[in-house]
Amino acid sequence: MAEPTTRHSPLAGAADRLARVTDAAGGAIAMAEVPFLTQLDLRLDPKGPAAAALGVTLPTHACTSARSGDVDVLWLGPDEWLVVGPPGAAERLAGQLRPAAGSEHVSVVDVSAQRTTLLLSGPRVRDLLALGCAIDLHPRSFGPGDCVQTELAHAPVVLFRRDPGFLIFVRASFAAHLADWLVDASVEYTGIPT
Amino acid sequence: MMLIPCPWCGPRNESEFHYGGAAGVAYPADPGALSDEEWARYLFFRDNPKGPFEERWSHSAGCRRWFTLVRDTVTNEIVAS
Ligand SMILES: [Zn+2]
Repeated sequence: MAEPTTRHSPLAGAADRLARVTDAAGGAIAMAEVPFLTQLDLRLDPKGPAAAALGVTLPTHACTSARSGDVDVLWLGPDEWLVVGPPGAAERLAGQLRPAAGSEHVSVVDVSAQRTTLLLSGPRVRDLLALGCAIDLHPRSFGPGDCVQTELAHAPVVLFRRDPGFLIFVRASFAAHLADWLVDASVEYTGIPT
Repeated sequence: MMLIPCPWCGPRNESEFHYGGAAGVAYPADPGALSDEEWARYLFFRDNPKGPFEERWSHSAGCRRWFTLVRDTVTNEIVAS
C-alpha cells in the first residue's frame, strides 16, 4: 500500500522569519508564502476555439491579466499565458481547456510545482521592492491586475499586482534566496538585525 | 546598463536579455553540399562593424521572445528597433 504523501512548500522553512518581519514592521509591510497555487502554462492562438474555454477573454495586451471567478490569467507572451487558480484546480482547468481545443494545436502544461508564491502588502511594499527591481511599480504605470516578468534581487520572477498587494511568483530553487533577500531588505522597517 | 526596447514588453534593463549575434544569417539551403571551409564561415564568420549593426536579442528574463534591432557598436545607442 502506498504511503500517504505530504507536500512541503519551498518556503515552509521560512514561514517563521516572514511572520517575524510582518510583526516587527508594525503594518508597514506584510509578507507570507501562498503555497501550492495551481499554475498552468498555456500556449495557443488567442483567436482559436480553446481561447474562450476559461470563460474569460485572454489578455493580449502585454503585462496585463484577466480574472474569471477564482482564476487569473496572466499575459506571458503573445501566445502564452499563466493560468493561476486555487490549490488543486489543475485537473479542472486543464479539463476545460483541452477538450475545447479540438484539432487546434494547444499546449496546456501543469507548472504548479515550478514556482511558489509570496504575497507582499503594506504601505511600504513598493519601497521594499524598488531595492531589487527596476520596474516602476507606481500605480500610475502598474495598476491592479498588471503583471510583469522581470528580475527581483537577480531572481527571475513574475510580479502580479493583486489586491491586497503584490503576488510574487518565484521558482522553487530561487525561493529561499528571495525570502532571505526580502527579510534582509526589510531591516529598515523592522529593526531586526540580520 | 543599456535599456533595450523589447517589442512586446517595452524598455527593460540589459540584464533581462541574451545577445544572439548578427541578424539575418540564413541557414544554408543545402548544408551537406558545403565544404568544411564554407560551413565554418557560416558558423563562425561575422561582420564586426564600427557603427550600426543589425543583431538578434532574446528577452530571456521577460517574455522570452527573439527580436531584431540595430545598435551602434560605438555608442551602444539603439538606432532602430
Ligand atoms: Zn519582452
